[in-house]
Amino acid sequence: MLFGVTGDLARKKLMPAVYDLANRGLLPPGFGLIGFARRDWDGEDFAKIVHDSVKERARTPFREEVWKQLLEGIRFVSGTFDSDESFLLLKETLKELDESQGTGGNHAFYLSIPPKAFDQVVSMLSKHGLAKRDTKDAWSRVVIEKPFGHDLASAIELERRVSSVFHSQSVFRIDHYLGKETVQNMLALRFANQLFEPIWNRNYIDHVQITMAEDIGIGGRAGYYDGVGAARDVIQNHLLQLLALTAMEEPTSFDAEQLRAEKKKVLAAARPPRDIAAHTARGQYLGGWAGGQLVKGYLEEDGIDPKSQTETYAAIRVDIDNRRWAGVPFYLRSAKRMPRRVTEVALNLRPAPHLPFSHTDTEALGSNALVMRIQPDEGITLRFGAKVPATLMEIRDVTMDFAYGTSFAESSPEAYERLILDVLLGDPPLFPQHEEVELAWKILDPILDFWAELDTQPEGYQSGSWGPPCGKAMLARDGFVWRRP
Amino acid sequence: MIINVPDTTATGIHMALVEARHNIGVASSMVFTMIVIADGRHYDRALKACEDAGREHPSRIILVTNGDADGDHVDAEIRLGEEVPGEIISLRFHGQLTEHRASVVLALLLPDSPVVAWWPGSAPAKPGQDPLGKLAARRITDAMGSSRPLAAIERRARNYSPGDTDLTWTRLTPWRALLASALDSYPAKITGASVEAGPNNAASMLLAAWLEDRLKVQVESSEGGKGIGITNVTLHTSKGDIVIAREDGRMATFSAPGLPRRQVALRRRDIDALITEELRRLDVDDIFASAMRVLVERCERRDAEKATNA
Repeated sequence: MLFGVTGDLARKKLMPAVYDLANRGLLPPGFGLIGFARRDWDGEDFAKIVHDSVKERARTPFREEVWKQLLEGIRFVSGTFDSDESFLLLKETLKELDESQGTGGNHAFYLSIPPKAFDQVVSMLSKHGLAKRDTKDAWSRVVIEKPFGHDLASAIELERRVSSVFHSQSVFRIDHYLGKETVQNMLALRFANQLFEPIWNRNYIDHVQITMAEDIGIGGRAGYYDGVGAARDVIQNHLLQLLALTAMEEPTSFDAEQLRAEKKKVLAAARPPRDIAAHTARGQYLGGWAGGQLVKGYLEEDGIDPKSQTETYAAIRVDIDNRRWAGVPFYLRSAKRMPRRVTEVALNLRPAPHLPFSHTDTEALGSNALVMRIQPDEGITLRFGAKVPATLMEIRDVTMDFAYGTSFAESSPEAYERLILDVLLGDPPLFPQHEEVELAWKILDPILDFWAELDTQPEGYQSGSWGPPCGKAMLARDGFVWRRP
Repeated sequence: MIINVPDTTATGIHMALVEARHNIGVASSMVFTMIVIADGRHYDRALKACEDAGREHPSRIILVTNGDADGDHVDAEIRLGEEVPGEIISLRFHGQLTEHRASVVLALLLPDSPVVAWWPGSAPAKPGQDPLGKLAARRITDAMGSSRPLAAIERRARNYSPGDTDLTWTRLTPWRALLASALDSYPAKITGASVEAGPNNAASMLLAAWLEDRLKVQVESSEGGKGIGITNVTLHTSKGDIVIAREDGRMATFSAPGLPRRQVALRRRDIDALITEELRRLDVDDIFASAMRVLVERCERRDAEKATNA
């Protein structure tokens, strides 16, 4: 059951993914789908909209007959989240579908809706007996998307609500930026190789930079974004998950349980900076030319309060107090309207202890770096110094690139296909559970409180640039500079 | 492979690049980004020089030119594959975008590697403060590519900022090597020097400044040379002159007191060779900076003399 079926995400990602799964024959035979949306349209209109977006977005070739066959198991229901009637109709439809498709009473609820509607929908589901705790014969699962609350207290409250209806192992918290494939790639790099582990600690790593940059602005998501900001939107979930995967110890096995245990341990050891003013930065994009287009500033975007203090650039320093990482700062930054879309984790190594070359020979030499490129163009980059071919002794940085896309002919499955499949199979190992979400808020809450107390406008930065001066100053204080990703 | 991406944005170009790389299946091992800011007149020559330089230094080359006055957009053409080492992205800016070229170029710089900017023709008065120049750690200009080379090299010297370099300097490399080795084979105290060149030769101004800077002696410079480029460099010693003379732009004769006269190949080189050489070092050239400082001093002395004579 998909709530918010006419939303952007459902149309652009979820429905095409469902189609692709059907086309590849990966959907179970008893698969049925109910799309619930608030728009007052009848089934035909829904079908048309979804058909068109699937046809446009599907990754596998579009075949009418597959769609027709899939459509037989799809129902559309329109109504409102607060009306008992709508949910009664929903229950009716569900019952009919259970019988016609033979779902065996297994239900998954995908809440692709604004967080403020979560409560309402969850309580309605429970009130009308649509969702119930798993039994031996039938399961009932729920998928929720970030943000998981807006601070620690609200996250705990959200967890309380959700867990009153669903089992904790039946709750799938989705980070649609962090596909399962990526997590597995990171684990394989770290734990399937002998090459990297010896340097993966404070003896060799100088500092770590985790970046998620988007080239777009907030687009039509003003209602969602304003008041949330870059830190809550991305750092709390995506970047702190990447930090956990980068910094955690080796799990004893790749069981969901073991993996989560390691992530929890490292998140519990991570803390915000003691001097928040010096080690965090925030900014807001200004209007101007970015990437060859004239774009609006954040405060001029439709639906944004012209006095809004919401940050579109957030950078924070996180320290991990354990034997492996003590003294190695992790810098996390996330922003909109950057020069390009890129997510990466860069481990910068310490400089060589001694360089038996003259100063001018190594002037162009930086520090070695290992970069895990998450998207786009997922892969690994290794940067090291090499001599420039010529009679002079001149040493310069070179890079060695590995790209999943070119080294394996097989293309990575789309994140949402894996996701939907995992939900149907009940396989949640890599999704964060509420403890991880709460630990992440514990790191972020003091910073958000500090920013809120400042009650000032975030520093403006030019759209299409790498962020405001305060972001650069924050690293300069520690003697580092941001990489150009 | 040539891919055309008309009327696009930085994101559009980037996506086309990633897709092309996937299709070709080559690992990228490019070492730096070079921004080439050319006017239409120098476009073809610059493109050829880029290809040659790219052979020694696989790089992403971004060729920037201006197109029509109206219709605010940018057209891109991407070349990569076997015949072109690295990648060449030609960007043609139209309308208002000609004022905001850096906004597109910034997004196309290779991650975390040096950026070089090159103006094959006329260059801005202060390359270090130009929006595109600011993106680069090295800025290469060519005083000889401008219509008034002497004025151009003087302006470069006055507006010098660390990271600037001029191909005029690169042209002097063989001369400097020859002069240095002349003093190796004939070590003597130099009491004075003179540089002679054909008219409008910026390199001779710079060579005279370099000699003055290194030798701390007065260096005469004259434009009366018969031939092209630098025609004669003379170093005075108490026992006689060390002379390197070149009239045909190819072969030079080297003579020093008591040594047999020798022929030395001292070819004028083309742009391709110059740019390739220049890209071997990406750090700030301290010797050049120092020579440019002396060049400014020499110009100021000349201006002061003119003022007293007038």
